[in-house]
Amino acid sequence: MDEISKVVRDYVIREYVQEGDDREITETTPLISSGLVDSFSMVSLLRFLEKKYAIHIPDAAATPEAFDTVERIVALVRRFRTVEAGKV
Amino acid sequence: MSFSEAVRQSYQTDIEGIKSTGLFKEERYIHSPQSSDIEVEFPVGCAIRKCINICSNNYLGLSSHPEVIAAAHAGLDARGYGMSSVRFICGTQDIHRELEKRLSEFLGTEDTLLFPSCMDANAGFFEACLNERDVLIADRLVHASIVDGMRLSKAVQDTYKHSDLGHLEEKLAEHQDKRFRMVITDGVFSMDGDTAKLGEIVALAEKYNAMVFVDDSHATGFIGKTGRGTHEHCGVFGKIDVITTTLGKALGGASGGCVSGRRELVEMCRQRARPYLFSNSVPPVIVAGALKVLELISSTTERRDKLEWNARYWRGLLKGAGFDLKDGDSPIVPVMLYDAKLAQDFARDLFDEGVYAVGFFFPVVPKGQARIRTQLSAAHEKHHLDEAIEAFKQVGQKHGILGLGKKELVAKFAA
Repeated sequence: MDEISKVVRDYVIREYVQEGDDREITETTPLISSGLVDSFSMVSLLRFLEKKYAIHIPDAAATPEAFDTVERIVALVRRFRTVEAGKV
Repeated sequence: MSFSEAVRQSYQTDIEGIKSTGLFKEERYIHSPQSSDIEVEFPVGCAIRKCINICSNNYLGLSSHPEVIAAAHAGLDARGYGMSSVRFICGTQDIHRELEKRLSEFLGTEDTLLFPSCMDANAGFFEACLNERDVLIADRLVHASIVDGMRLSKAVQDTYKHSDLGHLEEKLAEHQDKRFRMVITDGVFSMDGDTAKLGEIVALAEKYNAMVFVDDSHATGFIGKTGRGTHEHCGVFGKIDVITTTLGKALGGASGGCVSGRRELVEMCRQRARPYLFSNSVPPVIVAGALKVLELISSTTERRDKLEWNARYWRGLLKGAGFDLKDGDSPIVPVMLYDAKLAQDFARDLFDEGVYAVGFFFPVVPKGQARIRTQLSAAHEKHHLDEAIEAFKQVGQKHGILGLGKKELVAKFAA
């Protein structure tokens, strides 16, 4: 697991997994379609990613599908980091 | 486009999909007034059978109380059947305003506005009172109507882990740049039956300069020493900025709800809340019945005391029989089964034994958290509960689950 995957996974566990919930979160665990993260809670994840990686993820890209696994979230971060880098 | 065969087919496929995932809901026809003993036709077309109802929101047993029925009859005679208008055109009678005043007195608030339901109160409040400069911070287990209401608002939306005050504090600190912050919670959570830690929530709200919103639908009338609600129970009576609640559960169980709280917030709802502006007035017959309900429960705590006794007794019976329960002390007692199919089978078998209870599973509760939600009523007598526990034991034995904890239950039904 690379650095971004680890950061995202740690955040998901800290922010969303309720105490006493012993489910394992891997890079491919469904987050939104499984009900672990609801669409409101997705907002905090979006805010965290934008702050942490100094990127802007437009609403059109921040879909429940794009946020459904750690793997997809990491892909989204990489995509918009490239966009930001291109602006420099 | 007409309702073509292709359109019909598409909907039929959706409905089949709902059925195949076990999420199809079927109504059961009740041929008697709402009470602890009811007469049910299920499946449709079958002979009517008597059963013990242990799943209604008739917490105080007032849904079919003779004095409430008499007051409703008198209201019908004196003020008619319907208003044929929204409130602000020609739909406000003196008794609407009287009920709002009585509700404010009962809840310890500055003002109250009636809505057609608490669903409507929750759907209308946030858009009317908060905007994009504000933030709503909700417990993750709040009722679906709050979720819908928040979605309609332009305010920034965030959530905190269920009843996790440390997480709430982080969120309140994080959103100090907003104009207004509002913490949103249920008083008693409808699926788990646990009570919000309102004392601590109010303290955090004061520390971080936030307002507090409580949906007390599963508490008004019976939680707290005199039944005023969760704020009374938690020692913060008079300190909640907004309470939404319903007339559709303990308070007679007909329909209607309200927003009650700070005068200016209530006024904003009167001016801007769309379900209030664009729905008919609560019918006079319901207003008259609700006024009688408030009179009854303000004069004695007998009914909420009986409900409290029933809830404690029922919880003890279930624990004694070896069921796995969610902790709590409200009249909502969830019997945890974890497996969705087991919850459905269990409810069906209970019905065969003469007990009407319902299984809840995803998406109503999180995946792997299926349960039978039992709800007590002051209309239950001890013999109802003694009979119901025998049915629970019998069905529990049939499925081999008595004495099993969460891990064993999950393992047993994992395959």
